[in-house]
Amino acid sequence: MTTNSRPRRQRRSPWLAIFFWVVMGITFVPIIVMMLYSFNNAPTSRITFAWNGFTTYWYRNLTQVNGLTHAFLISLEVAILSSLISVIVGTPVALALGRFRFWGKGPINAIVFADIAAPAIVVGAASLSFFLSINLNTGLITILIAHVAFNIAYVVVVVRARLSGMDSAIEDAARDLGANAWTTFTKVTLPLIWPGLLAAFLLAFAMSVDDYVITSFIAGSTVTFPLFVYGAAKVGLPPQVLCFGTLIFLVGLIVALANGALNRHQLARATTEDSLAAPAQPQPVSSS
Amino acid sequence: MSTDLIEPARPAYRQPSWLRRHSPPYWLSLVGGGWMLLFFLIPLASGLIVSLETGNPVSGYTLTWNWHIYSQLFVHSDIPYMTFFIRSLYYGIATTILSILIAYPMAYFIAFRVSVRWKSPLILLVLLSFFVSFVIRTDMWSFVLAQQGFVITTLHKLHLVSSNFHILGTSNAVIGGDIYNNLPFMVLPIYVALERIDRRILEAARDLYSNGRQVFVRVVLPLSRAGIFAGVLLVFITTVGDPVNSSLLGGVGTYTIGQAIQDSYLTNQQFNVAAALSTVLMVILGIIMFAYATIFGTENLENLV
Repeated sequence: MTTNSRPRRQRRSPWLAIFFWVVMGITFVPIIVMMLYSFNNAPTSRITFAWNGFTTYWYRNLTQVNGLTHAFLISLEVAILSSLISVIVGTPVALALGRFRFWGKGPINAIVFADIAAPAIVVGAASLSFFLSINLNTGLITILIAHVAFNIAYVVVVVRARLSGMDSAIEDAARDLGANAWTTFTKVTLPLIWPGLLAAFLLAFAMSVDDYVITSFIAGSTVTFPLFVYGAAKVGLPPQVLCFGTLIFLVGLIVALANGALNRHQLARATTEDSLAAPAQPQPVSSS
Repeated sequence: MSTDLIEPARPAYRQPSWLRRHSPPYWLSLVGGGWMLLFFLIPLASGLIVSLETGNPVSGYTLTWNWHIYSQLFVHSDIPYMTFFIRSLYYGIATTILSILIAYPMAYFIAFRVSVRWKSPLILLVLLSFFVSFVIRTDMWSFVLAQQGFVITTLHKLHLVSSNFHILGTSNAVIGGDIYNNLPFMVLPIYVALERIDRRILEAARDLYSNGRQVFVRVVLPLSRAGIFAGVLLVFITTVGDPVNSSLLGGVGTYTIGQAIQDSYLTNQQFNVAAALSTVLMVILGIIMFAYATIFGTENLENLV
C-alpha cells in the first residue's frame, strides 16, 4: 500500500505487482478450499476439517442430498426465465434511452440507477411488503417477478453501453435506403448489438442464480440454491454443495472465457472492417 | 413480446403523424419501465405504508398510520436497533475505506503496469471469486478461519497466538468478509477510470517537471475520482445492508441491521417493525450518499453505472 502514494518514483518497483498477487492469492483461498474439500473422503455427510484422502464419491452421489438438486434446478429455472424476460423487456428500454430524446428519459435513467444502487435488503423487505399488501402468495412467481425487476436494470445498462459504442449513422443509412423501423432493427441494429444482449443475459443469469438476500424474503416455501446453502451452512455443508459449487464455477469460467474469445473475435473483425473505411481509434499508449 | 413495442411497418412515402414520430420511446420503455415502476419503485413506497400498520402475526396487520413506531424503535425499544444501525454503518465505512486502499493499487497495477494483452486476463482473475456462489464462498471463509480450520491451527502450532485466540465471531472477521466479497466492485470502476486517462496528460505533467508523486496526487488521483465514487457507492450500500457476512462470519456481538430486518420479517413476523427498519435504512443511506455526492460531486451519476 505504500506504493500507492509514490507509484512513479521507481518505474519498475516490484511492490505493486507483489501486492496485487498477494491479494489475488488471498481471494483464491475459498475457491481452492471449495474445490479441494469437494474431493475429501469425509466420514460423515458434512464437510470436515480433517483431510481423509481423495475421493470422487460426492460427485458420483451428487443428487443424494435431500432437496439440494431440486433447489439447484429451481435456481436454474428462475435464472434462465428471469434473464430471458429481462433481456426481452429491457432491450427496448435501452433502445429508447440510447436512440431517442424524450420527456421521461431522466426519470427512467434515475429508476435504472436506483434499481442497481438500492441495497438488496431494502429491496427484499419492500418487495415482501408489496406482495403482502396485494395478497400475492410468495413463491416461484414472486421470485421470478422480483428477479426480473432487478435484472432489467443490468440489461438496460449493458445493452445501452453496446448501443452507444455503435454508430447510429448505420441505422440512419438503412432508413434512408427505405427500410422501415422494424427492418432496420432486425437487419441492422439487432445483429450489431447481439453480443451485448448475450452479455446482458449472462450478467442477469449470474445475478439471479446467486441472489440470496432478496430471494430470502419473497421465496415463501420455495427453496433456491443459495437459500439451501445458507440453511445448510448453519449446521455444516454437505460435501455435495461444494461439488455443485465447483461445477458452477467451472461452467461459469468456461462461459466467460468463451464470451471473451467471441468478443475479441468480433472486435478483431470489426477493426479490420473499420480500417478499410475509417482510420482506427487511437489506442492508449501503455506508459510502462 | 418485443415485436409489439417496435414501431409498426409503414409505407415509406407517408409522412408519419406527430404521435407516430414521438411515441416510439414511450412504447419501447412501456413494459420494462412499467415493470420497474410496479415491482421496484412502488414496493419501496409500500414499505413505508406497511411500517405504519399495527397488529400482530396472528390476527394480521391493519393500516393505522402509527408513526410512533419510529420513535418506539429507536427511543423506547428493548432491542437496541440504534446499536445495530451504528454497527452496520461502522462496518460499511471500514469496509469501504479498506477496499479503496486495497483496490486502488490493484487497479493501478492493471491499468499502468501490464501490457494490453494481459489486462483482460487479470480483470477476469479479479472477478474469479464471483464465479463461486456468494453464500458458499462466504461460508468457505468461516470454514478456513474456524477454531479447527487450518489458519488457526497453523498459528497455534507456530505458537504465534494464545489458545483462546479466535477470528470468527469478531467484527474484524465480518469486515474482512465484506471486503473480500466487495473488492471486485471497487477494483473495476477504479480500473475503468484509470484506463480512460489520456496517457499524454501524464507525459505533459512529467514534461512540466512534476515528480512521480506529484503526477499521482495532482493528475491521476483527481482523474480517477469518478471511479472511486462509483466503487464507494456500490461497496458502501451493499455492505451496510448485508446480513450474510455478519451472520456466517460473525457472532452475537456483530448483529447488524440487515440481520435485524431479516429476522423481524421472516422469524418474528413483525412486518411493521421490519418495514420501518428498512425504510429508515433506505433514508439513512440516501442521505449519506447524497451528502457524499454533493461534497465530492462528480458529474452525471447515471454515467457511472
